[in-house]
Amino acid sequence: MPVPEYDLVVIGAGVVGSALAREFTLRGRSVALVDARSDVGDATSKANTAILHTGFDATPGTTESRLVARGYRLLSDYAAKAGIPVEPLGALLVAWDDEQLAALPGLAEKAAANGYHETRLLDPAELARREPHLGPGALGALEVPGESIICPWTTTLAFATEAVRHGAELLLGHTVTGAEPGAGHTVLHTDRGPVRARSVVNAAGLGSDHVHAMFGHESFTITPRRGQLIVFDKLARSLVNHILLPVPTKMGKGVLVSPTVYGNVMLGPTAEDLTDRSATESTEDGLAMLREKGNRIVPALLREEVTTIYAGLRAATEFGDYQISFHPDQRYVCVGGIRSTGLTSSLAIAEYVGAELAGWPGEAMPGPRADVVPPQMPYLGQVDVRPAEDAELIAKDRAYGEIVCFCERVSRGEIRDALHSEIAPSTVEGLRRRTRAGMGRCQGFYCGAVVSRMVDEGADAPVKAEAVK
Amino acid sequence: MNERIRHDVDVAVIGGGPAGLAAAVALRQAGVERVEVLERELVAGGIPRHSAHTGYGLRDLRRIMTGPAYARRYAALAAVAGVTVRTTTMVTGWSGDGGLEVTAPDGLSVVHASAVLMATGARERPRPARWVPGDRGQGVYTTGQLQQTVYLHGRPVGRRAIVVGAEHVGFSAMMTLRHAGVEVAALTTELPRHQSYLPFHLGARWMLRVPVLTGTRVVAVRGKPRLAEVELERVADGHRWTEACDTVVFTGDWVPDHELARTAGVGMDARTLGPVIDATGATSTPGLFAAGNLCHPVETADVAALSGRHAGRSIARWLAGRAASAAGAGVPIEVDGPLAWTSPQRISSSADLPARGRVILRPSVFARLPRVRVSQGDRVLWQGRLPQFVPSRPALLPASWLARVDPSGAAVRIEALV
Ligand SMILES: Cc1cc2nc3c(=O)[nH]c(=O)nc-3n(C[C@H](O)[C@H](O)[C@H](O)COP(=O)(O)OP(=O)(O)OC[C@H]3O[C@@H](n4cnc5c(N)ncnc54)[C@H](O)[C@@H]3O)c2cc1C
Ligand SMILES: Cc1cc2nc3c(=O)[nH]c(=O)nc-3n(C[C@H](O)[C@H](O)[C@H](O)COP(=O)(O)OP(=O)(O)OC[C@H]3O[C@@H](n4cnc5c(N)ncnc54)[C@H](O)[C@@H]3O)c2cc1C
Repeated sequence: MPVPEYDLVVIGAGVVGSALAREFTLRGRSVALVDARSDVGDATSKANTAILHTGFDATPGTTESRLVARGYRLLSDYAAKAGIPVEPLGALLVAWDDEQLAALPGLAEKAAANGYHETRLLDPAELARREPHLGPGALGALEVPGESIICPWTTTLAFATEAVRHGAELLLGHTVTGAEPGAGHTVLHTDRGPVRARSVVNAAGLGSDHVHAMFGHESFTITPRRGQLIVFDKLARSLVNHILLPVPTKMGKGVLVSPTVYGNVMLGPTAEDLTDRSATESTEDGLAMLREKGNRIVPALLREEVTTIYAGLRAATEFGDYQISFHPDQRYVCVGGIRSTGLTSSLAIAEYVGAELAGWPGEAMPGPRADVVPPQMPYLGQVDVRPAEDAELIAKDRAYGEIVCFCERVSRGEIRDALHSEIAPSTVEGLRRRTRAGMGRCQGFYCGAVVSRMVDEGADAPVKAEAVK
Repeated sequence: MNERIRHDVDVAVIGGGPAGLAAAVALRQAGVERVEVLERELVAGGIPRHSAHTGYGLRDLRRIMTGPAYARRYAALAAVAGVTVRTTTMVTGWSGDGGLEVTAPDGLSVVHASAVLMATGARERPRPARWVPGDRGQGVYTTGQLQQTVYLHGRPVGRRAIVVGAEHVGFSAMMTLRHAGVEVAALTTELPRHQSYLPFHLGARWMLRVPVLTGTRVVAVRGKPRLAEVELERVADGHRWTEACDTVVFTGDWVPDHELARTAGVGMDARTLGPVIDATGATSTPGLFAAGNLCHPVETADVAALSGRHAGRSIARWLAGRAASAAGAGVPIEVDGPLAWTSPQRISSSADLPARGRVILRPSVFARLPRVRVSQGDRVLWQGRLPQFVPSRPALLPASWLARVDPSGAAVRIEALV
């Protein structure tokens, strides 16, 4: 069988790689999006704090600061069109001691240096009014009104779906094991056979340094930095009104408390430098630390039930910035070390890399098509109307009135749609990220069995009736 | 876009488990016309539907049967009594004027009723809710999910399991695993002894020869994509070891399904995590009642059903203007000593007795012949010994002393001295 050849191969179907694949397909290129996992967005992109950052606290002058600020605008726009839930809650950087209080004006200046001028200092009285459940002892806060929360799963899914709609080939379950850059094209070796392309973009997240090495470059090393997070019950949502950020001090970025667009409240993340790139487990120490921090920030939160606990690994490097480098001689781009802001900057990274690549000899690409409508994502947020609350939709199709996952109120219609979608989930986990089925407070006590059956047998699998023998 | 059809009934019952169905039957028998049960599952019957072993129905139906047979029996009783049972019908919230917002395949509606009974049951805390760290691999269950997987869907589980928890339901999980051909390596409990009924426990252990690791805590679960081991700790000395298994079932550790109760704004009990009720099942909102495992997590199905029957009768009396309206006023009941909670938690009228004439206590320690004292201010209302305390099992306190409560007096205290 002849080895297919693409204009471009993007390695890594996280939020960054998917945004890149989308960009290139909209520029008319033939693209393969390759990932070792069985689903898009299955690594770091599924396990973050889901904040759409203004970039107010980035280091001014870095690539990251520029791309986060630009990505914020691009993704806000895109999300509105694609039905990705975003809530512009605003963030409060809460000062708990004098050192932190003294740091606030400097942070406002830094924000201004990043082009963000809307910050404001709040005194303790106003802070208490805005966040009545804050623990005792808060001395003041810096308000960053633009910080927002977003759904990370449907963001990645939207980019990948749009790429596939415009012709990208999604090669899931393909681990890239080597690269042979040649004069006119590169052959990528995968565990499922070779893939050829004129150019290659490395967006391999935690594996980006390894892929970089396949092209003979050793300019950075990834250190997985684990972040453990606790998600509290939706009944806790009224306890928190803003994204409550810690004041970054010399001790690092610290732990935040934030609502999610799904209506939960999240506490985390930890920051632990590890060597194992697959160590996504939560730990006793991590949870104990979060419990202690959370108890200080919003004590009442700790009296609510925990819905879930998870951990993600940031692709940190020894440098303070993204590791984006262009190697026209090899027709190779490295988009590595996209550590803790990649969700926000994803579209800006894609725009930047696309524009750069278009300037390469022989690569001259048209600009991205502007006439396209983003795909409509299943709406997973809490603010707008979900299918099971939509009388008109249910009148057209009863399946949207048949609730299968009670905690998250996910209907059979939504599960069916997800199972029939362009990038259909092959696992319960994947279905969860498209519908939230099984992600609620009971974690499958009620719906776990039927949902996993629907994934295996299709959406029309019989729902539980009488007991089988 | 969100036009809801209005629908009026006399009494709406949320939840078609044993408590809800028994209440609905009692309401019809008391002459209430339009009684409607709203059940989100495809069929009514509640948790017993997927608990396909025997041990149901002793106290309410006076015979012992399997869970599914018991569930079918209640559905039949409801049909005979003229109850309307709407299945695949979920109550999702409250409308501004106190109606129930309902989602069903035939559309969105809002149900208005003169009285509402919440009988939404309880579920087991899943792994994250117990703060157990580790990987998020497959093979981690609650008993509810396990029994549905095995009995309702006939799907495979794993090969070797650890069951966390040794109250009654832990043994139930063990039998389900055995039925599914899964080897059970052990049951674990942090407590010094198991908490199941002796015959059940002995029978299960004798048949299955499974060790019960007492004084043992689960520290972490590991393995992905599938669970591979569980780390355990002997509480007494902190000794830790791992046990290989591809399945772990977190059993017991109940939490009421209290979302609707909480969003209704009724007084909640910080101990049971269910609504505060009085002896009639009334919550702090007039016309809004609660029964079953929502109020006392968790009792056997027959006890839940009897509490539903009792609430149904109380609601009928209230509709006829013959009973107190709400548990808002009145005297609170407080617990002290090794008692986790009590149900009911309020006395609005000393004329009302709770279901079965008993106050339910939940001890937190094992004890033989524990001494219990009920007092109001410095007046002792009752004192005596109960047969035994077993954590996570009910201790039943005769409620004869209720008649002596001063309705304008201080809180009633129930103290256990062991
Ligand atoms: C705890 C935490 C909190 C965060 N909070 C935020 C936040 O609030 N806001 C924000 O904007 N960002 C946040 N981030 C950062 C953000 O999640 C990441 O920057 C972003 O997801 C990175 O996307 P990616 O596509 O580069 O990487 P990934 O999502 O990891 O994708 C890389 C993909 O490459 C694949 N791959 C790797 N090697 C190979 C190979 N050899 N062959 C084939 N495929 C391969 C992997 O399977 C993976 O799917 C957070 C991150 C963490 C961990
Ligand atoms: C594994 C297991 C084994 C058990 N073994 C035994 C045994 O051997 N013997 C015994 O006597 N008891 C046993 N029990 C306990 C028994 O099942 C419960 O006590 C009993 O089911 C409680 O009845 P209930 O009506 O309060 O709640 P449930 O049975 O939980 O019923 C509540 C019902 O309300 C519905 N509901 C909830 N919220 C809504 C909503 N918003 N809208 C519509 N419907 C809603 C639910 O779908 C459910 O059907 C066992 C329980 C378990 C989990």
